[in-house]
Amino acid sequence: MKKTMYEKIWDSHLVVDEAGQAPLIYVDRHLMHEVTSPQAFEGLKLSGRKVRNPHSILATMDHCVPTKNRDLPIADPIAKKQIETMADNCRENGLNLYDMKNPNNGVIHVVVPEHGFVHPGMVVVCGDSHTATHGAFGALAFGIGTSEVEHVMATQTLPQKKSKTMQVVVNGSLSKYASAKDIALAITGKIGTAGGTGYVIEYTGSAIRELSMEGRMTLCNMAIEAGARAGLVAPDEKTYEYLKGREFAPAGDYWDQALAYWKSLTSDEGAEFDTTIVLEGADIAPQVSWGTSPEQVVGVDGVVPSPDSFADEGKRKACEGALAYMGLTANTKITDIPVDLVFIGSCTNGRIEDFRIAAEVAKGTKVAPGVTALAVPGSYHVKKQAEDEGLDKIFIEAGWEWRDPGCSMCLAMNGDELTKGQRSASTSNRNFEGRQGKGGRTHLVSPAMAAAAAAAGHFVDIRTL
Amino acid sequence: MEPYLKHDSIAALMDRNNVDTDQIIPKQFLKKVERSGFGIHLFHDWRYNDDGTDNAEFELNKPAFKGARILVAGDNFGCGSSREHAPWAIADYGFNTIISTSYADIFYNNCFKNGILAIRVSQEELEKVMAEISADEGVRFTVDLENQQVITPAGNGFTFEIDPFRKGNLLSGLDDIGLTLKHVDKITAYEVTHKQNFPWLWA
Repeated sequence: MKKTMYEKIWDSHLVVDEAGQAPLIYVDRHLMHEVTSPQAFEGLKLSGRKVRNPHSILATMDHCVPTKNRDLPIADPIAKKQIETMADNCRENGLNLYDMKNPNNGVIHVVVPEHGFVHPGMVVVCGDSHTATHGAFGALAFGIGTSEVEHVMATQTLPQKKSKTMQVVVNGSLSKYASAKDIALAITGKIGTAGGTGYVIEYTGSAIRELSMEGRMTLCNMAIEAGARAGLVAPDEKTYEYLKGREFAPAGDYWDQALAYWKSLTSDEGAEFDTTIVLEGADIAPQVSWGTSPEQVVGVDGVVPSPDSFADEGKRKACEGALAYMGLTANTKITDIPVDLVFIGSCTNGRIEDFRIAAEVAKGTKVAPGVTALAVPGSYHVKKQAEDEGLDKIFIEAGWEWRDPGCSMCLAMNGDELTKGQRSASTSNRNFEGRQGKGGRTHLVSPAMAAAAAAAGHFVDIRTL
Repeated sequence: MEPYLKHDSIAALMDRNNVDTDQIIPKQFLKKVERSGFGIHLFHDWRYNDDGTDNAEFELNKPAFKGARILVAGDNFGCGSSREHAPWAIADYGFNTIISTSYADIFYNNCFKNGILAIRVSQEELEKVMAEISADEGVRFTVDLENQQVITPAGNGFTFEIDPFRKGNLLSGLDDIGLTLKHVDKITAYEVTHKQNFPWLWA
């Protein structure tokens, strides 16, 4: 039988598949951060259970960590306790933790690939919905809840329902300045935030092949925004090249063995997907979200839609609510929307390539009066590499703040946040009400779009620069 | 986990689609290291005014919905972040049942780990029960998981589908991990083969 990549990974990880219960699948890698793990460790301890395979775990601190004055104690006592609890739990269980002062520290989904901890064909979980990021390597990677974190620690398995398969084909090539982020937003706009529910997406087509590993990570990262369990990109030479020589990548004879296996993972020619969606790369304009859901997006050359333009009653109501929350009027040109704050960073767009392209746009500009601009690298390694390339100077000279790594304004748990009514251009992944601070208004964009907005004080069609 | 018993409870109405977990439990409450005490923060940003008083406009603040154990909501409930704090908050507030047309995957799984029955209904069934609540706020529905049915006074009840494994666990209040560990020999055997096939993962 011809199989998709998802089916191959699924089949090779089935531990128990018996009638009357959910199939149990094996978990190769378990990623952790401080927010969704403490209650799992507590549960484990209370039941007298142990971590089954400590080597399968890599942990970091990212959600609550400050992005400046890292040498000072954390001011928020509850966040401080959470950070300390993480350190205690990792020490007691013998887990590899990159704590906030470790040179390897950063956002979990940026750090993990940097160290080659995820390989094609693996099953990877984390108590974090953006675990989907690692699908960029051809690994089945998905977010789980805290009870499941405990389950994986205790058993190295998870009861799972098999997903349906969706193929998203992006033909041709992207136009200049359209990026993986724009593909992700365009897909979510097309199928909606529930469009992928129950599916694992495999991204195919020449525009996907042309993406760098960083771009593929950005794309898969946002599979969850379209409701999908996971996103996958078949591994190819770019994947192997990226992995080779990294700390946890196979070495020596194992490399050849692993490579042969990885090459066998791609979907068989003619394998059937439950559904297929096709986009043309050249049609994807730089996207800007206008509402409070990642499906509420439009090309930068468009306008804020009117509620009446939606035939569906639910969508019409959602548009009305979003415009009220966002303080926007229907038919306003996107390029006429001003911004107060610009954020480049997060597990979606906090990698070196993101800062390179943003720096290219920011070079020689000045942040517009009244605008605050934050550049928050996804990890210390990204930060160092950017500094080695002189990118930090470009941002600083343009009036940006150059920070230490962390999730920062993506979910605003660490004190970096919008105040009520403030409007951001953000390279993060969610524009939900209050996500970046209560009453804050988020517009999701790519790094290049964010950098252009910082200089102009409003959104700009970067294709015209 | 408490076994899920047949019950007769007030059904509260939240007529909104795509309610995300950032709304269910905003990020500022995710710093705790305990599982308990999230109920007072449920829907915080919608539920409370800036001065901390109850927002009278918010549907769950209606006196008729006080004490509700059933939450009836629009499509794609629980989308976004994987935070299990969302079902913890829902359960701690007092809900043990949600009725909607659809749920985000991770949220749906998380519900069942916390004794919450998430019922999927058709659009038509949802509209009928929503209309019944709107016309008679404070109305009580009966939820009978054993027989997979919901009964309403106006006769808008329905039967629902549920995975037998999830149903069994809810009815018995059984711990998933304990169930999985019954298969520990198979897990160990799998690991032996896994080490042979993928030695680099264990190097």
